[in-house]
Amino acid sequence: MEKEVKFSDETLALVHKIMKRYPEGKHKSAIIPILHLAQMEFDGWLSPETMDYVASILRIQPIEVYEVASFYSMFNLKPVGKCLVEVCRTGPCWLLGAEDLVRHIEKKLNIKDGETTADGMFTLKTVECLASCGTAPMMQIGETYHENLTCDKVDQVLNEYRQKGERVTHWDKKHIKAQQ
Amino acid sequence: MPKVTIDGHEIEVPKGTTILQAARMIGPEVAPPAMCYYSKLKTSGGYCRTCIVKVTKGSAQNPNPMPKPVASCRTEVMDGMEVANFTSPDLLEARKGVVEFLLINHPLDCPICDQAGECDLQNLGYEHGAAKTRYDFERRTFEKIDIGNKVQLHMTRCILCYRCVKTADQLCSNRVHGVLNRGDVSEISTYIQNAIDNEWSGNVIDVCPVGALTDKTFRFKSRVWFTKPVDAHRDCKTCAGKARIWFKGEEVLRVTGRKDQWGEVQDWICNDCRFEKKKVSDWTIEGPSHIDRHSVIAQNHYELQNLKLDVGRQLNKLAGEAEKNNTNTSTKKATAKK
Amino acid sequence: MGKQLLLDNIHAPGIATLGVYREFGGYKALEKALKMKPEELVDEVKKSGLRGRGGAGFPTGMKWGFLAKPEGVPRHLVCNADESEPGTFKDRYLMERKPHLLIEGMIIGSFALGARTSYIYIRGEMMYVYHILEQAIQDAYDAGLLGENIMGSGYSLDLHVHPGGGAYICGEETALIESLEGKRGNPRIKPPFPAVSGVWNRPTVVNNVETIAAVVPIVNMGGEEYAKIGVGKSTGTKLISACGHINKPGVYEIDLGLPVEEFLYSDNYCGGIRNGNKLKAVVAGGSSVPILPAELFLKTAKGEPRLMSYESLADGGFATGTMLGSGGFIVMDDTASVVKNLWNFTRFYHHESCGQCSPCREGTGWMEKVLYRILDGHGKKEDVDLLWDIQSKIDGKTICPLGDAAAWPVASAIRHFRSEFEEYIKNPGSIKDVKHYYRLHNEKEPAY
Repeated sequence: MEKEVKFSDETLALVHKIMKRYPEGKHKSAIIPILHLAQMEFDGWLSPETMDYVASILRIQPIEVYEVASFYSMFNLKPVGKCLVEVCRTGPCWLLGAEDLVRHIEKKLNIKDGETTADGMFTLKTVECLASCGTAPMMQIGETYHENLTCDKVDQVLNEYRQKGERVTHWDKKHIKAQQ
Repeated sequence: MPKVTIDGHEIEVPKGTTILQAARMIGPEVAPPAMCYYSKLKTSGGYCRTCIVKVTKGSAQNPNPMPKPVASCRTEVMDGMEVANFTSPDLLEARKGVVEFLLINHPLDCPICDQAGECDLQNLGYEHGAAKTRYDFERRTFEKIDIGNKVQLHMTRCILCYRCVKTADQLCSNRVHGVLNRGDVSEISTYIQNAIDNEWSGNVIDVCPVGALTDKTFRFKSRVWFTKPVDAHRDCKTCAGKARIWFKGEEVLRVTGRKDQWGEVQDWICNDCRFEKKKVSDWTIEGPSHIDRHSVIAQNHYELQNLKLDVGRQLNKLAGEAEKNNTNTSTKKATAKK
Repeated sequence: MGKQLLLDNIHAPGIATLGVYREFGGYKALEKALKMKPEELVDEVKKSGLRGRGGAGFPTGMKWGFLAKPEGVPRHLVCNADESEPGTFKDRYLMERKPHLLIEGMIIGSFALGARTSYIYIRGEMMYVYHILEQAIQDAYDAGLLGENIMGSGYSLDLHVHPGGGAYICGEETALIESLEGKRGNPRIKPPFPAVSGVWNRPTVVNNVETIAAVVPIVNMGGEEYAKIGVGKSTGTKLISACGHINKPGVYEIDLGLPVEEFLYSDNYCGGIRNGNKLKAVVAGGSSVPILPAELFLKTAKGEPRLMSYESLADGGFATGTMLGSGGFIVMDDTASVVKNLWNFTRFYHHESCGQCSPCREGTGWMEKVLYRILDGHGKKEDVDLLWDIQSKIDGKTICPLGDAAAWPVASAIRHFRSEFEEYIKNPGSIKDVKHYYRLHNEKEPAY
């Protein structure tokens, strides 16, 4: 059975709070934060059903949500592993060995850039500059920046996430209660 | 009213007129080409960059030239502004660059494209492009999607002018297609399979400057230059019913809006007129449509009315000149005045 | 070390909290500002000579002065915290450590401009900083520093944080405005400028994080005093985020006008090139600005020592100079390959082009493919000239500056390092392996 797409009461309250931050009738502005919350709540990605649900909350046409979601690189339009490993691949990180890091992760997890491990734990995604060039090379998992990486350090970090086995998203669930 | 000079032609235009509109008022000899601007669609223009011009003098108040070429379709004229279009070799070189960019990922499948013969990109390439391409990489392709049984979407030919999106926004309610993704993988799509279906949706075919959106009911029926366009009208509850019907022999192969000198439809037509009324008896024929004589469609195309007018004009002119000669006015002066 | 106007007490424990920030004199400037007239504040900023710290260096006071003030139409101050220029990480550092400095600056700025609702548009990727700011804003509300009748002044302001979704282009102010309105980050065609018609068609000022933060010391010390720091039209202090092949990467606050040699080699700053290597090239202001070879970077073409200032770095124009940009200082030692690095940057711009206008949409990808071909050992003799021609046809022909930003690195790399390109083309064996990871997801392996 497909799960019904509906925000939890707590998240929905936050959604409505965010929508009120914009002037009367301009609540479409809330689309990006709401899509982040949707990724948090619905398995780290945006299915067409999820986007249609967001459109219904914002009272806009579904295509307007697809247009926005497909423009921004943080929104996953395909399912991802529990742990989305985003390695910076841009200039400064690259100068300091991001390439070797990606190669190491690919080997270790036996996946290529953009793929998910068979157990659904990790998805590897190379991303553009995350404004952490002084602590290069680096990667982001959920909201956490892992900086000054070496291959050993990457192993250690990935093992920690594997042991926890939980889904990690950009908007961390722990912030939902805090913002009520 | 501000005065603007474009390629040496001065014109006075209402405030708020754009450079492109002013140039069109002067005439085709100075009007820049436009692939995304469409005067009937609000906020259109500015994307394709083919209409760029050089502003050599900003205004009477601020005579400095503008540092970069500007999109003439989105730049309002200022009093005393001077603009170079066809008179600036740099600008023409820059425009050639834009044309090249538009073409590098275009499939150039004109031989099998229904738009060929009435394609703005073909014309643009012919007039402003280079003879050979320097792009030797594989061209971009897209997965085909079906947007219903009336309109064919061929995304590989799209130049992302946004006209069809604006048409849907401004003509219809509940837009279902839009621009997805970003950069050079942006595409016109409905995302999930979804037919574009409302009574005005066929107009996206007319506004499309290339063969990305074509009429499925006309698909592969004929090359456009083998068909004869005729202006016709009918009583329609939805639209003004003023259309152009395209004959091959006795058969009506397709119905489109009537396009003006700048390739823009004069009146939107509804889907009923466009797709369902393909019998001669559905229409009241007005006469052959005016086709630019440089167009390939003009082959074997006669406009009796215009022909008469032309002949009439010639006769009048001759008569006038004869009269002027009689009153000792020099012919030269008369021509100069014209 | 120069004056620390923004980074002072940055390492003090708890400086991110409202209590500690106030212990170190925080919100004193706000108190002072609320007693002034808004016009006086704009004047102070004009006097300070502060220039936009996001990259373009436009005088902030003048930008504030341009804001239209039609009757009955709300206006907005929007902070551009969409820091995504490769090499730049100063705003994240500042917001993470001293969120209240930005909030204080936002309140002062909003008061000066007469805005009643203001927004901080932060990159979605910095979600943890988003939550730091949310918390700080909540604390400010609780302390009466935001909301109704701030500090009893009668002035009321709502301040909100707005996360982005991952798009470099949203650092461009009109794209940021579109994104704030909940749309795709497609830059708008100017005019109209945001000062007349910005977010929701209301007059809007968009300022960088560092610019807004700098308003706080300007109010504290007075514009004239601030203008005494620095050199010429480059007044005040500037945050420089230094990275690449140096011993001490990090964020430094410098007095504008510091000699680049000192910045690069002094232990107070970058601490010299790593492993005692030789300096090869520097990208001084974020990936978009022209790359300069060591000799032209340290000294201008006239042989004068170069300074860290808007004017000195730009000395010689693009022929022999560069730009201060956003202060993203990327250093390359002699082990680095300029062509490879250029390909990486070009791939970045290709990936980040919004796709709205044709020269940028098509041209960035074309340049990336040609560069890739060269690095893949299949370069053609005419490729360098081709690259030069493509970049020249993008530069200045696009709606927004992303096109220029993609063109300049290519132009400057060819201008100063042409022989490296030619060597790679003539002798592919001299290229060390290029990995295929960084191909964009939509591209197939090239067939030559």
